[in-house]
Amino acid sequence: MLEITDLHANVEGKEIIKGLNLKVNAGEVHAIMGPNGAGKSTLANIIAGKEEYEVSGGKMLLNGEDIEELAPEERAHKGIFLSFQYPVEIPGVTVTNFMKTAINETRKAQGLEEMPAKDMLKLIREKSEMLEIDRKFLSRSLNEGFSGGEKKRNEIFQMAMMQPKLAILDETDSGLDIDALRIVANGVNKLKSSDNAVVVITHYQRLLEYIVPDYVHVLYDGKIVKSGSKELALQLEEKGYDWIKEEINA
Amino acid sequence: MDMKDKLVSSFLAFEESVNVDAPIHNIRSQAIKIFEEKGFPSKKEEAWKYTSLKSILKHDYSVFPKEENALDFKEVKKYFLHDIDTYKIVFVDGRYSSYLSATTHDKMDVCLMSSALNYDKYRPVIDNYFNKIAKPDGITSLNTAFSREGAYIYIPKNKLADKPIQIIHFSTGKESAQMLQPRNLIVVEENSQVQIIERHQSLTKNPVLTNSVTEIFADKRAIVDYYKIQNDRQSASLIDNTFIEQQAQSTVSVHTFAFGGNLTRNNLNFYQKGEYVNSILNGVTIIEGKQHVDHNTLVHHIEPNCESHQDYKGIFDEKATGVFNGKVVVNKEAQKTNAFQSNNNILLDDSATINSKPQLEIFADDVKCSHGCTIGQLDESALFYLRSRGIGQKEARALLMYAFANNVLESVRIPELKARITKLIANKLGVNLGFDL
Repeated sequence: MLEITDLHANVEGKEIIKGLNLKVNAGEVHAIMGPNGAGKSTLANIIAGKEEYEVSGGKMLLNGEDIEELAPEERAHKGIFLSFQYPVEIPGVTVTNFMKTAINETRKAQGLEEMPAKDMLKLIREKSEMLEIDRKFLSRSLNEGFSGGEKKRNEIFQMAMMQPKLAILDETDSGLDIDALRIVANGVNKLKSSDNAVVVITHYQRLLEYIVPDYVHVLYDGKIVKSGSKELALQLEEKGYDWIKEEINA
Repeated sequence: MDMKDKLVSSFLAFEESVNVDAPIHNIRSQAIKIFEEKGFPSKKEEAWKYTSLKSILKHDYSVFPKEENALDFKEVKKYFLHDIDTYKIVFVDGRYSSYLSATTHDKMDVCLMSSALNYDKYRPVIDNYFNKIAKPDGITSLNTAFSREGAYIYIPKNKLADKPIQIIHFSTGKESAQMLQPRNLIVVEENSQVQIIERHQSLTKNPVLTNSVTEIFADKRAIVDYYKIQNDRQSASLIDNTFIEQQAQSTVSVHTFAFGGNLTRNNLNFYQKGEYVNSILNGVTIIEGKQHVDHNTLVHHIEPNCESHQDYKGIFDEKATGVFNGKVVVNKEAQKTNAFQSNNNILLDDSATINSKPQLEIFADDVKCSHGCTIGQLDESALFYLRSRGIGQKEARALLMYAFANNVLESVRIPELKARITKLIANKLGVNLGFDL
């Protein structure tokens, strides 16, 4: 699905990603953990196509296709979805209208007809129920005045609506209480299938109790320095990152 | 002959076409003298520092339309708010079009200034209100001198105008260049309420210059909502002079949607003459090319316990230039005044310009006054957020601009008008988002 080899990237001339390798296959869940400033969010944004990051080397393939030159919306049309750490407020545009536009623009790009209003409503109803979202919430302006938890839940609602091939969750757990965390994780698990993949970026092991990863990677100083099974996350929770830093420096 | 000389000498011809024995003719004669003395404003004047009339005054405008030009409703339907019932006062090349209008005299007057100026039954209102608050500057005096036609709206006390009123001025361009000088008078008595929509629309490539003067009087507890739609052709320029006097506990809001035209200057003046008055000034400007929009506002707080709220949003692309000059004066007696002003701007292009200048003159000591001004670009992270959801760059930019202007749109109290304006914005930005914004 996603294959990143020897990726290097700069922000304003400063190298943040320094030779990163990552391979994600369909049907898998990967977790990326690491200390603050390691480059986790940068990586998520680069995959989604944020233009202020300059890729200076390496390759990024999505199902074998080089995506480096693609605009963010083109990547979305190919099935990449990023759940934002800080979703943006858009006054005057309701969640429902926003989703209609996003879905129909994507369908247009894929050469499909617009989704009939009836089907759209059905989809909205189904996904909002799954994530226990109040219908009234959907007619509010996108993210405006939402609590931190509401914003994150809304991100996962958007993911459920868009049904991406590759979903990247950037610290979706921050700002969620335990009940919301369970609902959100449950939503992600229901969307998982053998032809999509999920990359979870998190500081804490907590979310991984609910979304169980097949692989856990440690991102440190712009590189993936260690990969393992879900037990690695427990180890990190318990011991922090210092032992990894020591291992690298040794 | 330059435009000033032409206008001054046209006054004699004008006098032949109006009743010079009418009492208001003295006002006209005095006004032409003021114009003769002061002329058009130049950039040397502080209030006109960023707006030059030079380029628009070089055309040889005809001052009076030579013939009556009829318009087919089908041709101009789109400029009306036609999905709700309204009163309409419509002018074609400065002349009243009874065919396109829908006026009334049923318990209130929604009709023509020419009638009001000529018939005795309107005399008391004209004597009390006509030219009472219009500033005697050159440009307003010019309008006063040639005042003959426009909208006359009189809502007696305890009356709720049953439908919104549209005032529309069309110019057909049968003349090679045309100057229009509509004169409106709106009197809303105690406890009464009215909503008014004003639009100037050119239908021609030929230059049109409109110098409009509107006086609005809101008596005690009156509520007036006034909406100006300025979405004219590139060949049309507008100088709008609006003067509003408010008595105790009245609320007057003026929304100015400036989406196009060559040069647009809005002189919007509020005078608060009673306590507990609320004045609301909102504006959205979205322009591009070489368009120029200048909002020059004045709120004069004269009595205690009053409020004013100004919120102007501007989006400027290409070489467009904007000006916001917002003056708030708080007299010594006007204690407990709350005066707020904000002017936020987005420049989409390095060549676009906005000059934003708040002017606060506060002589009272127990007041709350604030002003804020921002100038920035579209938020790149927000743009990325929308694009990451599959929304193309152009549509994403449009959504952000709409969101930026949204709080002003939300305060439009006629839902059909709000829908129309959002559609105008979507058209202007060239997007179809699959839903009505």
